[in-house]
Amino acid sequence: MEIFLIDKIVLIVAVFGITLLFALYSTYAERKVAAFIQDRLGPNRAGAFGLLQPLADGVKFFLKEEFIPKHADKALFILGPSVSMTTALMTSAVIPWGNSLELFDRVISLQITDLNIGILYVFAVVSIGVYGIMIGGWASNNKFSLLGALRASSQMISYEIAMGLSIIALIMTTGTLSIGEIVQQQNAPILGISGASWNIIYQPLGFLIFLICAFAECNRTPFDLPESENELVGGYHTEYSSMKLGFFLFAEYTNMFISAAIMSSLYFGGYNFPFMDQLGLPHNLVTIMGTIFLFAKIVLFIFLFMWVRWTLPRFRYDQLMRMGWKMLIPLALINIIITGLLIIVLK
Amino acid sequence: MHSLSNRSKVVVNKEMTLKEKMYLPAIFGGMMITIKHFFKRKPTIQYPEQKREFSKVYRGRHILKRDEQGRENCTACGLCAVACPAEAISIVAAERKKGEEHLYREEKYAKTYEINMLRCIFCGLCEEACPKDAVYLTEELAPANFDRSNFIFGKDKLVQPIGTSAHPKTYKPYKK
Repeated sequence: MEIFLIDKIVLIVAVFGITLLFALYSTYAERKVAAFIQDRLGPNRAGAFGLLQPLADGVKFFLKEEFIPKHADKALFILGPSVSMTTALMTSAVIPWGNSLELFDRVISLQITDLNIGILYVFAVVSIGVYGIMIGGWASNNKFSLLGALRASSQMISYEIAMGLSIIALIMTTGTLSIGEIVQQQNAPILGISGASWNIIYQPLGFLIFLICAFAECNRTPFDLPESENELVGGYHTEYSSMKLGFFLFAEYTNMFISAAIMSSLYFGGYNFPFMDQLGLPHNLVTIMGTIFLFAKIVLFIFLFMWVRWTLPRFRYDQLMRMGWKMLIPLALINIIITGLLIIVLK
Repeated sequence: MHSLSNRSKVVVNKEMTLKEKMYLPAIFGGMMITIKHFFKRKPTIQYPEQKREFSKVYRGRHILKRDEQGRENCTACGLCAVACPAEAISIVAAERKKGEEHLYREEKYAKTYEINMLRCIFCGLCEEACPKDAVYLTEELAPANFDRSNFIFGKDKLVQPIGTSAHPKTYKPYKK
Protein backbone atom coordinates (compact mmCIF):
# COMPACT_ATOMS: atom_id res chain seq x y z
CA MET A 1 0.00 0.00 0.00
CA GLU A 2 2.78 2.42 0.93
CA ILE A 3 4.65 1.57 -2.24
CA PHE A 4 1.50 2.23 -4.22
CA LEU A 5 1.18 5.63 -2.56
CA ILE A 6 4.80 6.49 -3.29
CA ASP A 7 4.27 5.56 -6.96
CA LYS A 8 1.26 7.78 -7.19
CA ILE A 9 2.86 10.70 -5.36
CA VAL A 10 5.91 10.59 -7.63
CA LEU A 11 3.64 10.42 -10.66
CA ILE A 12 1.46 13.29 -9.44
CA VAL A 13 4.47 15.50 -8.77
CA ALA A 14 5.94 14.63 -12.17
CA VAL A 15 2.71 15.34 -14.03
CA PHE A 16 2.22 18.56 -12.06
CA GLY A 17 5.74 19.68 -12.89
CA ILE A 18 5.48 18.77 -16.55
CA THR A 19 2.13 20.51 -16.89
CA LEU A 20 3.50 23.69 -15.37
CA LEU A 21 6.64 23.47 -17.47
CA PHE A 22 4.56 23.09 -20.60
CA ALA A 23 2.33 26.01 -19.62
CA LEU A 24 5.42 28.10 -18.88
CA TYR A 25 7.05 27.36 -22.18
CA SER A 26 3.77 27.69 -24.07
CA THR A 27 3.93 31.40 -23.31
CA TYR A 28 7.37 31.48 -24.88
CA ALA A 29 6.26 29.33 -27.81
CA GLU A 30 3.23 31.53 -28.32
CA ARG A 31 5.38 34.61 -28.64
CA LYS A 32 7.82 32.85 -30.93
CA VAL A 33 5.10 31.45 -33.18
CA ALA A 34 3.38 34.82 -33.31
CA ALA A 35 6.65 36.48 -34.21
CA PHE A 36 7.58 33.95 -36.88
CA ILE A 37 4.15 34.16 -38.48
CA GLN A 38 4.46 37.95 -38.52
CA ASP A 39 7.98 37.80 -40.02
CA ARG A 40 9.64 38.78 -36.76
CA LEU A 41 12.11 36.95 -34.52
CA GLY A 42 10.36 37.14 -31.16
CA PRO A 43 12.04 37.11 -27.75
CA ASN A 44 15.72 36.24 -28.19
CA ARG A 45 17.57 38.28 -25.59
CA ALA A 46 17.08 36.36 -22.32
CA GLY A 47 19.33 33.34 -22.61
CA ALA A 48 20.02 31.40 -25.81
CA PHE A 49 17.14 31.95 -28.24
CA GLY A 50 15.36 33.77 -25.41
CA LEU A 51 14.74 30.49 -23.60
CA LEU A 52 14.92 32.19 -20.20
CA GLN A 53 12.15 34.62 -21.15
CA PRO A 54 9.40 32.70 -19.27
CA LEU A 55 11.48 32.83 -16.09
CA ALA A 56 11.95 36.57 -16.50
CA ASP A 57 8.21 36.94 -17.04
CA GLY A 58 7.52 34.85 -13.95
CA VAL A 59 9.84 36.93 -11.80
CA LYS A 60 8.18 40.06 -13.13
CA PHE A 61 4.73 38.72 -12.26
CA PHE A 62 5.83 38.06 -8.69
CA LEU A 63 7.44 41.46 -8.26
CA LYS A 64 4.56 43.51 -9.67
CA GLU A 65 2.31 45.41 -7.31
CA GLU A 66 -0.55 43.36 -5.94
CA PHE A 67 -3.58 45.54 -6.50
CA ILE A 68 -7.15 44.88 -5.38
CA PRO A 69 -9.73 47.50 -6.37
CA LYS A 70 -11.50 49.27 -3.52
CA HIS A 71 -14.97 48.14 -4.49
CA ALA A 72 -14.02 44.59 -5.33
CA ASP A 73 -15.14 41.68 -3.20
CA LYS A 74 -11.81 40.67 -1.71
CA ALA A 75 -12.52 37.02 -0.98
CA LEU A 76 -14.09 36.32 -4.36
CA PHE A 77 -11.41 38.39 -6.09
CA ILE A 78 -8.77 36.01 -4.75
CA LEU A 79 -10.93 32.94 -5.24
CA GLY A 80 -11.40 33.55 -8.98
CA PRO A 81 -7.87 32.90 -10.24
CA SER A 82 -7.39 30.15 -7.66
CA VAL A 83 -10.39 28.24 -9.01
CA SER A 84 -9.18 28.75 -12.59
CA MET A 85 -5.73 27.43 -11.80
CA THR A 86 -6.89 24.51 -9.63
CA THR A 87 -9.40 23.19 -12.14
CA ALA A 88 -6.93 23.60 -14.97
CA LEU A 89 -4.47 21.37 -13.13
CA MET A 90 -7.00 18.77 -11.94
CA THR A 91 -7.83 17.29 -15.32
CA SER A 92 -4.38 15.84 -15.84
CA ALA A 93 -5.15 13.12 -13.26
CA VAL A 94 -7.14 10.92 -15.64
CA ILE A 95 -4.96 11.25 -18.72
CA PRO A 96 -2.83 8.19 -19.45
CA TRP A 97 0.65 9.62 -19.93
CA GLY A 98 2.03 6.27 -20.98
CA ASN A 99 1.30 2.56 -20.91
CA SER A 100 3.02 0.97 -17.91
CA LEU A 101 6.52 0.48 -16.63
CA GLU A 102 7.82 -2.80 -15.19
CA LEU A 103 10.15 -1.74 -12.40
CA PHE A 104 11.34 -3.72 -9.36
CA ASP A 105 9.03 -6.65 -10.21
CA ARG A 106 6.02 -4.39 -10.18
CA VAL A 107 3.86 -2.93 -12.92
CA ILE A 108 3.45 0.81 -12.58
CA SER A 109 0.72 2.43 -14.63
CA LEU A 110 1.61 5.85 -15.99
CA GLN A 111 -1.92 7.09 -15.46
CA ILE A 112 -2.53 8.66 -12.07
CA THR A 113 -5.99 7.19 -11.79
CA ASP A 114 -8.03 5.30 -14.38
CA LEU A 115 -11.49 6.48 -13.41
CA ASN A 116 -14.17 4.39 -15.08
CA ILE A 117 -15.99 7.66 -15.76
CA GLY A 118 -12.87 9.56 -16.78
CA ILE A 119 -14.54 11.53 -19.56
CA LEU A 120 -17.35 12.67 -17.29
CA TYR A 121 -14.75 13.73 -14.72
CA VAL A 122 -12.96 15.82 -17.35
CA PHE A 123 -16.19 17.51 -18.36
CA ALA A 124 -17.16 18.17 -14.75
CA VAL A 125 -13.81 19.76 -13.92
CA VAL A 126 -13.73 21.81 -17.12
CA SER A 127 -17.22 23.12 -16.33
CA ILE A 128 -16.06 24.24 -12.90
CA GLY A 129 -13.26 26.12 -14.66
CA VAL A 130 -15.84 28.64 -15.91
CA TYR A 131 -16.57 29.55 -12.30
CA GLY A 132 -13.06 30.89 -11.90
CA ILE A 133 -13.59 33.33 -14.77
CA MET A 134 -17.16 34.10 -13.69
CA ILE A 135 -16.20 34.75 -10.05
CA GLY A 136 -13.18 36.81 -11.08
CA GLY A 137 -15.23 38.94 -13.46
CA TRP A 138 -18.04 39.40 -10.96
CA ALA A 139 -15.78 40.20 -8.01
CA SER A 140 -13.89 42.90 -9.94
CA ASN A 141 -17.01 45.09 -9.81
CA ASN A 142 -16.27 46.50 -13.23
CA LYS A 143 -18.53 46.46 -16.24
CA PHE A 144 -15.84 45.27 -18.63
CA SER A 145 -14.90 42.41 -16.36
CA LEU A 146 -18.52 41.46 -15.89
CA LEU A 147 -19.16 41.53 -19.64
CA GLY A 148 -16.13 39.37 -20.22
CA ALA A 149 -17.24 36.93 -17.57
CA LEU A 150 -20.76 36.78 -19.00
CA ARG A 151 -19.40 36.14 -22.45
CA ALA A 152 -17.11 33.44 -21.11
CA SER A 153 -19.87 31.61 -19.30
CA SER A 154 -22.43 31.74 -22.10
CA GLN A 155 -19.81 30.71 -24.62
CA MET A 156 -18.67 27.81 -22.47
CA ILE A 157 -22.21 26.60 -21.96
CA SER A 158 -23.00 26.76 -25.68
CA TYR A 159 -19.88 24.93 -26.73
CA GLU A 160 -19.91 22.37 -23.97
CA ILE A 161 -23.13 20.94 -25.41
CA ALA A 162 -21.64 20.38 -28.84
CA MET A 163 -18.47 19.04 -27.24
CA GLY A 164 -20.43 16.58 -25.12
CA LEU A 165 -22.45 15.45 -28.12
CA SER A 166 -19.33 14.87 -30.19
CA ILE A 167 -17.94 12.79 -27.32
CA ILE A 168 -21.14 10.74 -27.13
CA ALA A 169 -20.53 9.52 -30.68
CA LEU A 170 -17.01 8.55 -29.63
CA ILE A 171 -18.30 6.69 -26.59
CA MET A 172 -20.77 4.84 -28.81
CA THR A 173 -17.89 3.45 -30.87
CA THR A 174 -15.60 2.71 -27.93
CA GLY A 175 -18.23 1.57 -25.46
CA THR A 176 -16.40 2.93 -22.44
CA LEU A 177 -16.04 6.15 -20.46
CA SER A 178 -12.58 5.38 -19.15
CA ILE A 179 -9.86 7.31 -20.97
CA GLY A 180 -7.33 4.60 -20.14
CA GLU A 181 -9.44 2.00 -21.88
CA ILE A 182 -10.18 4.23 -24.86
CA VAL A 183 -6.45 4.68 -25.40
CA GLN A 184 -5.87 0.94 -24.89
CA GLN A 185 -8.44 0.12 -27.58
CA GLN A 186 -6.59 2.27 -30.11
CA ASN A 187 -3.68 -0.13 -29.82
CA ALA A 188 -5.62 -2.67 -31.90
CA PRO A 189 -3.99 -3.45 -35.25
CA ILE A 190 -5.47 -1.99 -38.40
CA LEU A 191 -4.32 -3.24 -41.83
CA GLY A 192 -1.66 -5.20 -39.98
CA ILE A 193 -0.18 -2.13 -38.32
CA SER A 194 -0.40 -2.30 -34.55
CA GLY A 195 -1.10 0.83 -32.49
CA ALA A 196 -2.67 2.63 -35.42
CA SER A 197 -6.46 2.22 -35.09
CA TRP A 198 -6.85 5.76 -33.91
CA ASN A 199 -10.35 7.06 -33.29
CA ILE A 200 -9.85 9.89 -35.79
CA ILE A 201 -10.39 7.22 -38.49
CA TYR A 202 -13.83 6.35 -37.11
CA GLN A 203 -14.84 9.80 -35.92
CA PRO A 204 -13.45 12.48 -38.26
CA LEU A 205 -16.49 14.74 -37.96
CA GLY A 206 -16.67 14.18 -34.22
CA PHE A 207 -13.03 15.20 -33.91
CA LEU A 208 -13.57 18.34 -35.94
CA ILE A 209 -16.46 19.38 -33.69
CA PHE A 210 -14.42 18.51 -30.61
CA LEU A 211 -11.48 20.54 -31.90
CA ILE A 212 -13.59 23.62 -32.58
CA CYS A 213 -15.23 23.32 -29.17
CA ALA A 214 -11.83 22.88 -27.53
CA PHE A 215 -10.78 26.20 -29.04
CA ALA A 216 -13.89 27.79 -27.57
CA GLU A 217 -13.41 26.13 -24.18
CA CYS A 218 -9.84 27.36 -23.96
CA ASN A 219 -10.93 30.91 -24.87
CA ARG A 220 -8.49 30.89 -27.74
CA THR A 221 -8.83 32.94 -30.90
CA PRO A 222 -11.13 32.93 -32.88
CA PHE A 223 -13.27 32.47 -29.78
CA ASP A 224 -11.41 34.72 -27.35
CA LEU A 225 -14.35 37.04 -26.81
CA PRO A 226 -14.15 36.91 -22.99
CA GLU A 227 -10.89 38.81 -23.05
CA SER A 228 -11.20 40.65 -26.36
CA GLU A 229 -8.75 43.41 -25.53
CA ASN A 230 -9.98 45.96 -28.03
CA GLU A 231 -13.56 46.08 -26.80
CA LEU A 232 -13.39 44.91 -23.16
CA VAL A 233 -9.94 46.22 -22.13
CA GLY A 234 -8.97 42.80 -20.84
CA GLY A 235 -12.31 41.11 -20.21
CA TYR A 236 -12.59 39.21 -16.95
CA HIS A 237 -9.00 39.94 -15.91
CA THR A 238 -9.12 43.71 -16.46
CA GLU A 239 -8.72 44.50 -12.75
CA TYR A 240 -6.16 41.83 -12.02
CA SER A 241 -2.49 42.40 -11.51
CA SER A 242 0.63 40.59 -10.39
CA MET A 243 0.49 36.83 -9.85
CA LYS A 244 -3.32 36.71 -9.80
CA LEU A 245 -3.30 37.87 -13.40
CA GLY A 246 -0.48 35.41 -13.93
CA PHE A 247 -2.71 32.62 -12.60
CA PHE A 248 -5.48 33.48 -15.05
CA LEU A 249 -3.10 33.55 -17.99
CA PHE A 250 -1.32 30.46 -16.78
CA ALA A 251 -4.62 28.63 -16.41
CA GLU A 252 -5.35 29.41 -20.05
CA TYR A 253 -2.10 27.82 -21.17
CA THR A 254 -2.56 24.87 -18.83
CA ASN A 255 -6.02 24.34 -20.29
CA MET A 256 -4.52 24.41 -23.74
CA PHE A 257 -1.97 21.77 -22.77
CA ILE A 258 -4.62 19.58 -21.14
CA SER A 259 -7.04 19.83 -24.04
CA ALA A 260 -4.20 18.99 -26.43
CA ALA A 261 -3.48 15.93 -24.27
CA ILE A 262 -7.16 14.93 -24.23
CA MET A 263 -7.49 15.31 -27.98
CA SER A 264 -4.36 13.23 -28.51
CA SER A 265 -5.66 10.57 -26.14
CA LEU A 266 -9.22 10.39 -27.39
CA TYR A 267 -8.70 10.74 -31.13
CA PHE A 268 -5.02 10.30 -31.93
CA GLY A 269 -4.16 7.14 -30.08
CA GLY A 270 -2.63 8.67 -26.96
CA TYR A 271 0.66 6.91 -26.31
CA ASN A 272 0.11 4.47 -29.19
CA PHE A 273 2.23 4.81 -32.28
CA PRO A 274 2.28 2.77 -35.49
CA PHE A 275 4.21 -0.53 -35.39
CA MET A 276 4.65 -0.21 -31.62
CA ASP A 277 4.20 -3.96 -30.92
CA GLN A 278 5.96 -5.16 -34.06
CA LEU A 279 9.32 -3.60 -33.28
CA GLY A 280 10.15 -6.38 -30.82
CA LEU A 281 11.56 -3.94 -28.28
CA PRO A 282 11.35 -4.45 -24.50
CA HIS A 283 8.11 -3.32 -22.91
CA ASN A 284 9.61 -0.47 -20.88
CA LEU A 285 11.32 1.02 -23.92
CA VAL A 286 8.09 0.90 -25.92
CA THR A 287 6.31 2.63 -23.02
CA ILE A 288 8.87 5.41 -22.90
CA MET A 289 8.72 5.82 -26.68
CA GLY A 290 4.94 5.93 -26.44
CA THR A 291 5.13 8.71 -23.87
CA ILE A 292 7.46 10.63 -26.14
CA PHE A 293 5.03 10.13 -29.02
CA LEU A 294 2.17 11.37 -26.84
CA PHE A 295 4.11 14.51 -26.02
CA ALA A 296 4.97 15.00 -29.68
CA LYS A 297 1.25 14.87 -30.48
CA ILE A 298 0.54 17.33 -27.67
CA VAL A 299 3.18 19.73 -28.96
CA LEU A 300 1.70 19.52 -32.44
CA PHE A 301 -1.74 20.32 -31.09
CA ILE A 302 -0.41 23.25 -29.08
CA PHE A 303 1.25 24.49 -32.24
CA LEU A 304 -2.08 24.14 -34.05
CA PHE A 305 -3.74 26.22 -31.34
CA MET A 306 -1.16 28.96 -31.82
CA TRP A 307 -1.13 28.70 -35.59
CA VAL A 308 -4.88 29.26 -35.68
CA ARG A 309 -4.65 32.08 -33.16
CA TRP A 310 -2.23 34.07 -35.29
CA THR A 311 -4.16 33.39 -38.47
CA LEU A 312 -7.76 34.19 -37.65
CA PRO A 313 -9.53 37.29 -36.45
CA ARG A 314 -12.10 37.08 -33.68
CA PHE A 315 -15.68 36.04 -34.32
CA ARG A 316 -18.45 38.48 -33.63
CA TYR A 317 -20.57 37.48 -30.67
CA ASP A 318 -23.69 36.71 -32.69
CA GLN A 319 -21.61 34.68 -35.13
CA LEU A 320 -20.18 32.75 -32.22
CA MET A 321 -23.60 31.95 -30.83
CA ARG A 322 -25.07 31.11 -34.23
CA MET A 323 -22.18 28.79 -34.96
CA GLY A 324 -22.46 27.03 -31.61
CA TRP A 325 -26.20 26.49 -31.56
CA LYS A 326 -27.17 26.38 -35.22
CA MET A 327 -24.19 24.61 -36.75
CA LEU A 328 -22.16 22.61 -34.28
CA ILE A 329 -24.99 21.14 -32.18
CA PRO A 330 -27.01 19.90 -35.21
CA LEU A 331 -23.80 18.57 -36.77
CA ALA A 332 -22.94 16.72 -33.59
CA LEU A 333 -26.44 15.24 -33.49
CA ILE A 334 -26.17 14.12 -37.12
CA ASN A 335 -22.81 12.60 -36.25
CA ILE A 336 -24.42 10.60 -33.45
CA ILE A 337 -27.16 9.33 -35.77
CA ILE A 338 -24.69 8.33 -38.49
CA THR A 339 -22.46 6.62 -35.94
CA GLY A 340 -25.43 4.73 -34.51
CA LEU A 341 -26.61 3.62 -37.94
CA LEU A 342 -23.14 2.46 -38.92
CA ILE A 343 -22.76 0.51 -35.68
CA ILE A 344 -26.07 -1.28 -36.34
CA VAL A 345 -25.21 -1.97 -39.99
CA LEU A 346 -21.66 -3.18 -39.37
CA LYS A 347 -22.41 -5.44 -36.40
CA MET B 1 -17.97 56.85 -60.23
CA HIS B 2 -15.05 55.90 -62.38
CA SER B 3 -12.29 54.25 -60.41
CA LEU B 4 -8.80 55.59 -60.85
CA SER B 5 -6.90 52.56 -59.62
CA ASN B 6 -9.20 49.86 -61.01
CA ARG B 7 -8.78 48.08 -57.70
CA SER B 8 -11.92 49.23 -55.90
CA LYS B 9 -14.54 46.60 -55.22
CA VAL B 10 -18.23 47.23 -54.90
CA VAL B 11 -19.44 46.12 -51.49
CA VAL B 12 -22.41 43.81 -51.64
CA ASN B 13 -24.09 42.33 -48.62
CA LYS B 14 -24.90 39.07 -50.32
CA GLU B 15 -25.74 35.81 -48.63
CA MET B 16 -22.76 33.59 -47.93
CA THR B 17 -22.48 30.46 -50.00
CA LEU B 18 -22.32 27.07 -48.30
CA LYS B 19 -18.55 26.97 -48.74
CA GLU B 20 -18.22 30.35 -47.07
CA LYS B 21 -20.63 29.41 -44.32
CA MET B 22 -18.52 26.42 -43.41
CA TYR B 23 -15.60 28.80 -42.71
CA LEU B 24 -13.17 25.87 -42.90
CA PRO B 25 -11.89 26.28 -46.50
CA ALA B 26 -11.19 29.95 -45.83
CA ILE B 27 -9.57 29.14 -42.49
CA PHE B 28 -7.39 26.51 -44.14
CA GLY B 29 -6.39 28.98 -46.85
CA GLY B 30 -5.45 31.52 -44.23
CA MET B 31 -3.42 28.98 -42.30
CA MET B 32 -1.48 28.09 -45.43
CA ILE B 33 -0.56 31.76 -45.81
CA THR B 34 0.61 32.08 -42.22
CA ILE B 35 2.66 28.88 -42.32
CA LYS B 36 4.41 30.21 -45.40
CA HIS B 37 5.40 33.27 -43.41
CA PHE B 38 6.46 31.05 -40.52
CA PHE B 39 9.31 29.61 -42.57
CA LYS B 40 10.24 32.81 -44.36
CA ARG B 41 13.56 34.49 -43.76
CA LYS B 42 13.09 37.23 -41.21
CA PRO B 43 14.15 40.74 -42.24
CA THR B 44 14.92 41.73 -38.65
CA ILE B 45 18.24 43.48 -38.01
CA GLN B 46 19.57 42.70 -34.54
CA TYR B 47 20.18 46.33 -33.70
CA PRO B 48 23.00 46.79 -31.22
CA GLU B 49 25.07 44.02 -32.82
CA GLN B 50 24.08 44.63 -36.42
CA LYS B 51 23.53 48.03 -37.92
CA ARG B 52 21.75 48.92 -41.09
CA GLU B 53 23.96 50.45 -43.76
CA PHE B 54 23.01 54.02 -44.42
CA SER B 55 22.36 55.06 -47.97
CA LYS B 56 25.25 56.83 -49.69
CA VAL B 57 23.20 60.01 -49.88
CA TYR B 58 22.03 59.88 -46.28
CA ARG B 59 21.81 63.30 -44.68
CA GLY B 60 22.58 63.30 -40.99
CA ARG B 61 23.93 65.96 -38.63
CA HIS B 62 26.13 68.71 -39.99
CA ILE B 63 29.81 69.30 -39.91
CA LEU B 64 31.82 72.43 -40.59
CA LYS B 65 34.88 71.54 -42.65
CA ARG B 66 38.49 72.49 -42.20
CA ASP B 67 40.89 72.54 -45.13
CA GLU B 68 44.12 70.54 -45.50
CA GLN B 69 45.99 72.92 -43.20
CA GLY B 70 43.36 72.72 -40.51
CA ARG B 71 41.80 76.11 -41.24
CA GLU B 72 38.05 76.57 -41.12
CA ASN B 73 36.51 76.85 -44.55
CA CYS B 74 33.48 78.88 -43.52
CA THR B 75 33.59 82.57 -44.43
CA ALA B 76 30.23 83.41 -42.87
CA CYS B 77 28.73 84.42 -46.22
CA GLY B 78 25.31 83.41 -44.92
CA LEU B 79 24.19 81.59 -48.06
CA CYS B 80 23.41 78.47 -46.05
CA ALA B 81 21.22 80.46 -43.69
CA VAL B 82 19.45 82.01 -46.65
CA ALA B 83 18.96 78.65 -48.33
CA CYS B 84 17.67 76.99 -45.19
CA PRO B 85 13.90 76.50 -45.57
CA ALA B 86 13.50 75.87 -41.86
CA GLU B 87 15.54 78.89 -40.83
CA ALA B 88 17.56 76.78 -38.51
CA ILE B 89 20.94 78.38 -39.12
CA SER B 90 22.16 81.57 -37.55
CA ILE B 91 25.61 83.04 -38.08
CA VAL B 92 27.53 85.89 -36.53
CA ALA B 93 30.45 86.93 -38.69
CA ALA B 94 33.78 88.35 -37.53
CA GLU B 95 36.96 89.63 -39.18
CA ARG B 96 40.14 87.63 -39.03
CA LYS B 97 42.84 89.30 -36.94
CA LYS B 98 46.57 89.21 -37.56
CA GLY B 99 48.04 85.95 -36.33
CA GLU B 100 44.82 83.99 -36.86
CA GLU B 101 45.72 82.93 -40.41
CA HIS B 102 46.28 79.38 -39.26
CA LEU B 103 42.72 79.20 -37.90
CA TYR B 104 40.58 80.65 -40.68
CA ARG B 105 41.14 80.33 -44.38
CA GLU B 106 39.78 83.73 -45.44
CA GLU B 107 39.55 87.21 -43.97
CA LYS B 108 36.06 86.71 -42.67
CA TYR B 109 34.93 83.84 -40.48
CA ALA B 110 31.91 82.73 -38.45
CA LYS B 111 32.28 83.78 -34.82
CA THR B 112 29.21 81.77 -33.95
CA TYR B 113 27.58 79.26 -36.21
CA GLU B 114 24.46 77.69 -34.70
CA ILE B 115 22.08 75.13 -36.11
CA ASN B 116 18.87 74.44 -34.28
CA MET B 117 18.53 70.69 -34.66
CA LEU B 118 14.87 70.84 -33.65
CA ARG B 119 14.12 73.09 -36.60
CA CYS B 120 16.45 71.46 -39.11
CA ILE B 121 14.72 69.18 -41.58
CA PHE B 122 17.97 67.68 -42.91
CA CYS B 123 17.15 68.68 -46.47
CA GLY B 124 20.79 69.36 -47.30
CA LEU B 125 20.13 72.71 -49.00
CA CYS B 126 22.82 74.33 -46.85
CA GLU B 127 25.32 71.85 -48.25
CA GLU B 128 24.14 72.68 -51.77
CA ALA B 129 24.32 76.41 -51.16
CA CYS B 130 27.78 76.56 -49.60
CA PRO B 131 30.34 78.01 -52.05
CA LYS B 132 33.30 77.26 -49.79
CA ASP B 133 32.84 73.51 -49.20
CA ALA B 134 32.32 74.31 -45.54
CA VAL B 135 29.08 72.68 -44.42
CA TYR B 136 28.39 69.03 -45.02
CA LEU B 137 25.81 66.58 -43.77
CA THR B 138 27.40 63.46 -42.31
CA GLU B 139 26.02 60.00 -41.64
CA GLU B 140 25.56 60.54 -37.92
CA LEU B 141 22.12 60.92 -36.37
CA ALA B 142 21.51 64.02 -34.32
CA PRO B 143 21.54 62.52 -30.83
CA ALA B 144 18.59 62.69 -28.46
CA ASN B 145 18.64 64.94 -25.44
CA PHE B 146 16.50 65.80 -22.46
CA ASP B 147 16.87 69.55 -22.83
CA ARG B 148 15.69 71.65 -25.75
CA SER B 149 18.55 74.11 -25.33
CA ASN B 150 21.02 71.32 -26.01
CA PHE B 151 19.64 70.91 -29.50
CA ILE B 152 21.13 74.18 -30.61
CA PHE B 153 24.48 73.02 -31.93
CA GLY B 154 27.21 75.61 -31.82
CA LYS B 155 30.67 75.57 -33.33
CA ASP B 156 31.92 73.33 -30.54
CA LYS B 157 29.80 70.51 -31.85
CA LEU B 158 29.86 71.32 -35.54
CA VAL B 159 33.45 72.07 -36.51
CA GLN B 160 35.45 69.13 -37.77
CA PRO B 161 37.99 67.94 -35.18
CA ILE B 162 41.59 68.72 -36.10
CA GLY B 163 43.51 65.82 -37.55
CA THR B 164 40.62 64.02 -39.20
CA SER B 165 40.47 63.32 -42.92
CA ALA B 166 40.21 66.53 -44.88
CA HIS B 167 38.51 65.61 -48.12
CA PRO B 168 34.90 66.75 -47.87
CA LYS B 169 33.44 64.24 -50.29
CA THR B 170 34.92 61.19 -48.63
CA TYR B 171 34.77 62.55 -45.14
CA LYS B 172 32.63 60.13 -43.07
CA PRO B 173 33.86 60.85 -39.58
CA TYR B 174 31.39 58.72 -37.67
CA LYS B 175 31.58 55.59 -39.77
CA LYS B 176 33.48 52.73 -38.19
